[in-house]
Amino acid sequence: MTATRTTAHIETTEAAAPHRPAPRGRALRTTGFHLTAGLLSALWLLPIVLVLLTSTRTFDDIAAHGVGSRPHSFTLDGFRQAWVDGGQQRALINSMLVTVPTVLLSLGLASMAAFALSRYALPFRRVLLLLMLGGNLLPPQILLIPVSKLSELLGIYDRLYALIGVQVGFGVGFYVFVLHGFMRAIPAEIQQAAVIDGANPWQIYRRVVLPLARPALAALSALSFTWIFNDLLWAITVLRTEDRMPVTASLIGLQGQYVSMWNVIAAGSVIAAAPTVAVFLRFQRHFVAGLNLGAVK
Amino acid sequence: MAPTGSARRPGATRVPPVVLAFVLVPLLAEAFWVFWPALQGFSLSLTSWDGLSAPTFVGLGNFSEMLHDTVFRTAAINTVLWLLLFGGLSAALGLGAALLLQQERRGIGFYRAALFLPVVFSLVATALVWQAMYQPDGLINHVLQAVGLGGWKHAWLADQDTAFYAVIVPALWRQVGYVMVLYLAGLKGIDPVLYEAAKVDGATRVQQFRHITLPQLRSVNAVVLSVIVIDSLRSFDVVWALTRGGPYHSSELLSTYMYSTAFQSLRLGYGSALAVVIFVLAFGVIVSYLVRAFREAD
Repeated sequence: MTATRTTAHIETTEAAAPHRPAPRGRALRTTGFHLTAGLLSALWLLPIVLVLLTSTRTFDDIAAHGVGSRPHSFTLDGFRQAWVDGGQQRALINSMLVTVPTVLLSLGLASMAAFALSRYALPFRRVLLLLMLGGNLLPPQILLIPVSKLSELLGIYDRLYALIGVQVGFGVGFYVFVLHGFMRAIPAEIQQAAVIDGANPWQIYRRVVLPLARPALAALSALSFTWIFNDLLWAITVLRTEDRMPVTASLIGLQGQYVSMWNVIAAGSVIAAAPTVAVFLRFQRHFVAGLNLGAVK
Repeated sequence: MAPTGSARRPGATRVPPVVLAFVLVPLLAEAFWVFWPALQGFSLSLTSWDGLSAPTFVGLGNFSEMLHDTVFRTAAINTVLWLLLFGGLSAALGLGAALLLQQERRGIGFYRAALFLPVVFSLVATALVWQAMYQPDGLINHVLQAVGLGGWKHAWLADQDTAFYAVIVPALWRQVGYVMVLYLAGLKGIDPVLYEAAKVDGATRVQQFRHITLPQLRSVNAVVLSVIVIDSLRSFDVVWALTRGGPYHSSELLSTYMYSTAFQSLRLGYGSALAVVIFVLAFGVIVSYLVRAFREAD
């Protein structure tokens, strides 16, 4: 199944409700549905509400009443402590310095490979495609020790470059696979027309295929942003210095540094979650489509 | 892709050099950071190495050591248990949520977003949120007290009997929304005509679910299964942030044990061997996933 078809599914809803029960029964059923779904949503949102509340309480309030009690105070001091003293500001910058180039680089490289593999009769293209996907499916644990030694050897250990390098190398196979599925659905005639007009492969890639693959690229960007931003394992494998750690690793540091100061830890969690939640709320549609893109295979 | 492009485009068999570069550059990046290190990982698993002096070859010594390593046994059993509990429950709850929220109606977007929001959280942030809930003076104990179950109050993460299960809950809280999205897409792909026909034949809702919905979701099930197995074996962040495998290794997974063996005890050879075990466990899934992908890439 191609990626295009899945995205199409998302548009065509509303089809499966043919049988209409009697009005009274329907009202009852609707109420029942909203009760169940509402309760479930409330249960799911509860931890998020709780962390927001905790992040705005004072330490004394939590110490006196317990972290599970209702708030008796309001302050943004937890945020200040996490942001300034806890180094979350620096960590957030590090995270962005890694995430943005990684997303751009891996999607750029992956779209080129997917273009070549899907639009040209390269030898062994299927084997190459699956080899690249296979690399992404490897458990990262097998790579941790060699990767940390490799980055030491290259003199980039404890540098953000090392993290960008390994994230690109590890992620690219999956994006190639998804984009390949998307690009091969583009009709050959479009490409032939461009060839007749005298376009070279680079121009076809840049002006024809890339614009047509935009929905898939948008979906993958939203998805990969959260993956890379939320990563912990690669970061603590190739980085050592506190000041270079991204926000996830720094949050663990915060937990050790501010033991049972739940207002600071909660504020740190809010700071760490804010960028991905923002991406989700802004690109919700693409994001959900992206999850399905990957899963179609 | 034009199937075997040469048939339709006779001229296309000659591949321009720039197109070759398009494939080779990303492939080299992956080879450098993934394939080459993976091979090294396998060869390191046959050595004893402290990371400083030269590795010494010990053959299968690391693997025979595992047979007598009680922590390894705990971690392996926990990993399988994690796979079954985390995997089984997230699949069941995700399917349940998808069935509940499949119809387009007023407010559905909100409910879906609520279940889905945790998916974008980092597992570290998720873990810390739940850590606050699990505290002796946290919300969970407060609620237990309030409903008259004060006797059940617990230091959930500090007790060997409960730590493992306490770690699974946040992982599930985050995974259910993801599985739900996969199933929602699958449910939308089912032809409504099938249900119409079943109703004409007088099939009950349960019968429709058993004989139409479940069979039609087969390919989604395969995807969910692969996602779950791969995610389970990779699970690290949430355990590391909550308990680091403790207390007394009661929440240890192979992945956390591998990490602490390699980077804290600095037994890099043994750590590599543990990674090979994780690889072997994942291998079956990867292969079946690739076989499926191979067929579909055709």
